[in-house]
Amino acid sequence: MQQQDWPLWEIFIRSRQGLDHKHVGSLHAADAQMAIENARDVYTRRMEGVSIWAVESKYIHASNPDEAGAFFEPAEDKVYRHPTFYDIPEAIGHM
Amino acid sequence: MNIALHNDTQVALSNYVLQLADTNLILAQRICEWCGHGPVLEQDIALSNIGLDLLGQTRSLYQYAAELLDEDKSEDDLAYLRSERQFKNLLLVEQPNGDFGYTIVRQFLYETFQQLLLTELKKSSNTQLAAIAEKSLIETNYHYKWSAEWVIRLGDGTEESKSRIQKSINEIWTYSGEMFIPCAAEQLLASISIIPDVAALKEAWMRKVKTVLDEATLTMPENMYMQQGGKTGVHTEHLGYILAEMQYLQRQYPRQQW
Repeated sequence: MQQQDWPLWEIFIRSRQGLDHKHVGSLHAADAQMAIENARDVYTRRMEGVSIWAVESKYIHASNPDEAGAFFEPAEDKVYRHPTFYDIPEAIGHM
Repeated sequence: MNIALHNDTQVALSNYVLQLADTNLILAQRICEWCGHGPVLEQDIALSNIGLDLLGQTRSLYQYAAELLDEDKSEDDLAYLRSERQFKNLLLVEQPNGDFGYTIVRQFLYETFQQLLLTELKKSSNTQLAAIAEKSLIETNYHYKWSAEWVIRLGDGTEESKSRIQKSINEIWTYSGEMFIPCAAEQLLASISIIPDVAALKEAWMRKVKTVLDEATLTMPENMYMQQGGKTGVHTEHLGYILAEMQYLQRQYPRQQW
């Protein structure tokens, strides 16, 4: 079997209990079980993780970089969407 | 040392610990030969990880052996300054890597045995052995899982992978019996319940191996002549080459350190 026959998987690792799984990279594997074991060997050998998620790369849908302008720029001048934009009356105290 | 041991027991114990250490060391050396040559990057790393796990276990064992020998020897002396006839490793682990399937089978047969052995050793009255066994078992459980899954993938894989791994099983099988033939040290230590009787582990080993081979649609060889000698220092022609390479630096430049 050639390696190019093996699909690509995206690997997400949770570094500690309570934290989110974070994307750490990708690897090739024949199936989900092998993907998780390969991820264990490739990405957790220095105690980086306590949990692994593997998602076949073809199932990841991404935004189009060419549309990044239309997608994200309109948010740049809308500071009022941040809660820090508003003065909070002193009587309310810390929210 | 938790109890003052009778002298014969001490000798048997140091021999036995060396046997465990040598076996792990030689297998680690073999597996690490794959570094940079694995079939895929992920498995290349998996193999090196296992090799380094084994090396870590080896160090604990050599340190304990050095303590038992009481000859002012260090773990490095034991690994680098003993000759072929002094090495007590199983013949199984000194066999050359062959193809990936052969390496997998060798690993699978050994780790299946290790899992059974360490599970028993964990309960040893010798607290040092018990502690080393308990720590090693966690790693061994993964090595077993990894190798068993690859036996199944290759056996129940393509026609070629199946015929090649079956050939490897048939070739290496003759070295599998030695694990269950106790040497003098093992007999003595088993008689005073410091270690399990290895012969008694054979049945469970056969069962576990058979279950995996069945799932892999592979055939278990029957009643083959079993090679032995490793435990008493009588090795196949391969060990000398491993030692020559592994010990070269210490032999050529004695007392060199990292």
